[in-house]
Amino acid sequence: MSALFDAVLRLADSNLILGQRLSEWCAKGPQMEEDVALTNVALDLIGHANLLLGYAAEIEGKGQDADQLAFLRDGDKFHNLLLVEQPNGDYAHTIARQLFFDAWANAWYAQMAQSSDQRLAEIAARALKETRYHWRHSTQWALRLGDGTEESHQRMQAAIDALWMFTGELFADDEVDVEMAEQGIMPLPSSLAPQWNTAISAVLEEATLSMPGDQWMQSGGKQGRHTEHLGYILAEMQFLPRAYPGAAW
Amino acid sequence: MSKQQWPLYEVFIRSKAGLSHKHVGSVHAADAQMALDNARDVYTRRMEGVSLWVVEANAITASEPEDKAAWFEPAENKVYRHPTFYEIPDEVKGL
Repeated sequence: MSALFDAVLRLADSNLILGQRLSEWCAKGPQMEEDVALTNVALDLIGHANLLLGYAAEIEGKGQDADQLAFLRDGDKFHNLLLVEQPNGDYAHTIARQLFFDAWANAWYAQMAQSSDQRLAEIAARALKETRYHWRHSTQWALRLGDGTEESHQRMQAAIDALWMFTGELFADDEVDVEMAEQGIMPLPSSLAPQWNTAISAVLEEATLSMPGDQWMQSGGKQGRHTEHLGYILAEMQFLPRAYPGAAW
Repeated sequence: MSKQQWPLYEVFIRSKAGLSHKHVGSVHAADAQMALDNARDVYTRRMEGVSLWVVEANAITASEPEDKAAWFEPAENKVYRHPTFYEIPDEVKGL
């Protein structure tokens, strides 16, 4: 399969899986207004996934559509970042995961908006408007929890520490990434690290949280090697279209 | 879920440039900034507006419902307060 297909699928899958994860909070949010805010984010991400999967299906050229790519693929064919499949945990974990992802997505789309691929440039321009708001939302919560009560501070720090090992993959280049960057289609992941580090360290400092030091980083999601959590997400997400093929409402 | 409710904020939306902000409802939030964010997420999902105001509900001083008669009914029989007794010259357009 072409590198472009792989690359678009990776971005699509990260959006899709994170959107699915966030939607688990629907009707369980800590406050009604926050419930709406977080499910708005979930829907935005699923919207980005839909655009990207639609494009991936066209590139693949096998007559599949976005839904078939989303619902009829098995786990080892998913290429999302490991970060996004991590469980929601407490609200601090959800916010930490979102904070890491939003900072990455902002940097990614800002550069992809200049892509030599017109379609991806347009998707990036649209997505960026939404991810900038997501970043604002996750930042606000990181500050409130980090610089809040003793318990909220401790939970927020625990979440940052626990998820840190999945942030290395955001900036790990492989041959697909290098090929995309050489053609000016997508940013080189490693090139975004300084910008991400600056954004995250500024928020953590203001939130009175400490940034974890260098440590072993997990990777493999982009290549289809996942943590044990992905299978459960797919089981829930894919059950209906697999049990009732072609179901519509 | 916390049993303690955040304060209530009233939400006002300007639907387009040139129109005034209109009251549309309320949200709970820990502070004004969060109220603004919540209002954006709850009340502007379908392109309802271009500008938002939030005001803490307890900052609003309201008239009392039981004063309604004393406050508002006297205006009912003072039709001369409406500018309906003037002849409008034909030359005036747009009225």
